[in-house]
Amino acid sequence: MTELTLAKALGSGLRRALTDDDKVVLLGEDIGKLGGVFRVTDGLQRDFGPDRVIDTPLAEAGIIGMAVGLAFRGYRPVCEIQFDGFIYPGFDQIVAQVAKLHYRTAGNVRMPLTIRVPYGGGIGAVEHHSESPEAYFAHTAGLRVVTCSTPQDAHSMLREAIASDDPVLFFEPKRRYWTKGDVDEDAVGLPMGKARVVVEGTDVTLVTYGPLVATALDAAVAAADDGISIEVIDLRSLSPVDFDTVAASVQKTGRLVITHEASESGGLGAEIAATLTDRCFYYLESAPVRITGFDVPYPAASWRIISCQILTAFLMGLIVRLVV
Amino acid sequence: MSTTVPAKAQKTGEKKQNPEFVQLLDPQGIRLADDLYDPWVSDVTGDQLASLYEDLIIVRRIDTEATALQRQGELGLWPPLLGQEAAQVGSARTLRPDDFVFSSYRENAVAYCRGVKLPDLVRVWRGTAASGWDPFSVGMATPAVIIGAQTLHATGYAVGCKMDGADSVAVAYFGDGATSEGDVSEAMIFAASFKAPVIFFCQNNQWAISEPVGLQAQRPIADRAPGFGIPSIRVDGNDVLAVMAATRSALDRARNGGGPTFIEAVTYRRGPHTTSDDPSRYVDPVVAKEWEARDPIMRVEAFLRSEGVLTDELAASIQDRADQVAAEFRAGCLGLKNPEPLSVFDNVYATEHTGIARQKSQYKAYLEGFDK
Ligand SMILES: Cc1ncc(C[n+]2csc(CCOP(=O)(O)OP(=O)(O)O)c2C)c(N)n1
Ligand SMILES: [Mg+2]
Repeated sequence: MTELTLAKALGSGLRRALTDDDKVVLLGEDIGKLGGVFRVTDGLQRDFGPDRVIDTPLAEAGIIGMAVGLAFRGYRPVCEIQFDGFIYPGFDQIVAQVAKLHYRTAGNVRMPLTIRVPYGGGIGAVEHHSESPEAYFAHTAGLRVVTCSTPQDAHSMLREAIASDDPVLFFEPKRRYWTKGDVDEDAVGLPMGKARVVVEGTDVTLVTYGPLVATALDAAVAAADDGISIEVIDLRSLSPVDFDTVAASVQKTGRLVITHEASESGGLGAEIAATLTDRCFYYLESAPVRITGFDVPYPAASWRIISCQILTAFLMGLIVRLVV
Repeated sequence: MSTTVPAKAQKTGEKKQNPEFVQLLDPQGIRLADDLYDPWVSDVTGDQLASLYEDLIIVRRIDTEATALQRQGELGLWPPLLGQEAAQVGSARTLRPDDFVFSSYRENAVAYCRGVKLPDLVRVWRGTAASGWDPFSVGMATPAVIIGAQTLHATGYAVGCKMDGADSVAVAYFGDGATSEGDVSEAMIFAASFKAPVIFFCQNNQWAISEPVGLQAQRPIADRAPGFGIPSIRVDGNDVLAVMAATRSALDRARNGGGPTFIEAVTYRRGPHTTSDDPSRYVDPVVAKEWEARDPIMRVEAFLRSEGVLTDELAASIQDRADQVAAEFRAGCLGLKNPEPLSVFDNVYATEHTGIARQKSQYKAYLEGFDK
């Protein structure tokens, strides 16, 4: 057990994957000498060489497309997309090729790619550096989509994603890269497809993932002071969603709030609200509520400061209204 | 001084032309003759060159001030252009007001030359706005952060100029790294197919963050364009006069129906990629030092002094002017206001959108809840 930041835990996960399977190769922009702009791959090129930790030319379609070819040849590529907003030049390769090749070839060709994407806002960045594009990918058949919120999950889930024979979009909550936690490299953790009940509660189920798990936990603490007991669920997997865990919770609490930073329309919140309404209709004491980013482009830093400060309060206010 | 900048090969026996690229002022400030490109700058007077020199000093001063503002916590981020002043000033000062620029984030000297107001240069970097200025007020789109995207926009704008029968030209500025993005290849194909009056102005500053240009191109970048049917020029990007000559020749071709030109301006990014970067991880300090000796400003200064145009007095007044611009710039930056919370909903669409209207009214009610 070592205490690591979430970024370092991802790095140690990559290191183990490179060590355990010589078919694992890393591709991305600036992942070599620089160690990636967030230093997740720090030292890996030095230790595994430039043939396994590959600085690519500046082209996302090239990165993903080349990974497809490497997968055809039996490799297990791990692609780094530098920031959420830069994934779109590679979108066509991901959605039209990576997602569909196994289906198209009647299962003959596997696409064991992992595509790592730092995502979400809250770091005061300029445009294209704060987006939450996970719903595009969760909407696409053939892709698994996961996200972590703790260093332990970052490490274990990344290794599981790399070992998976399906393509996995691995979303990393960049504003939590510096969060510290204990990591046991050999822990047999919860499978990446399962949601985790982070805090048990009896009044409201609060479902979230990635960067907002910590925010939800803050809200739960604040609500406890008001005598409200919140059960916080970290989804971890966005495709598939572990509806069983969420349903069990809602059957207990009778109330459901879903929060994510991604915008509202067509988001994960809608999917969860719809499915849970269907599965838990007779248990619900009020309609499920979504608290999400607005349907606007992620705003410039000084707007963000306003919205971040209020988020916990915003969550709290809503939950209190639901319960009282 | 009213005489024009003379073209001459200084010492007998010295090579007239630099075989590597078009160069009219070498790093020592010696004026080299070039049969092909001298005619494009034969009208440039000593005073005009002194004015370009002033631009170079001012944009470097603005850039230094911006880095300082970032270090003091007044800007979130800044992409320095240190070392690339001549490539930007030499090209931008050659354009007409009706030409249109599509750039990336590092072209702050281009923006200055286009007449962008000083605080507008940093609105985005201070996080107070989604972009800095109205593109139509200065003939320059706000910078593209998505690498290479703007090359297609420039191509489309140029096709529009051509369809309108106008002789305006679009200029796309982008980096060496950008040439790897599919968009840039597509832009060159479209521009060639439609004979678009566009200039692809690539500042090869040798780096794409930590990646050396050798990862993007195995041959000089300028060699790629002819394969698309686009003539190209490789120019010393640290030579303001040569950059001007190359850009003028490309503009002339574009205005007269000759279609696109690709210019590779060979230069060097002497600062970090942005203020968040740590170049000590990947830059060889010996090479960096070599590029300092090829400074774009020193050579103009040496030449102007040798010609008797630049006196100590003039140099001092230019420096004063640069300091004054920097002070205005700083004050303008610090004076930028934070946006109103509800303005976050403005301009998502050009026309009424019911979904946005609903969210805006919900948020308004929520904010008003604090006042009660
Ligand atoms: C599509 C896309 N991918 C990645 C990035 C991240 N990024 C920003 S600048 C940069 C390097 C650009 O290098 P170059 O084109 O040479 O321009 P320079 O920064 O040297 O001016 C990268 C990889 C981006 N902005 N857009
Ligand atoms: Mg570059």
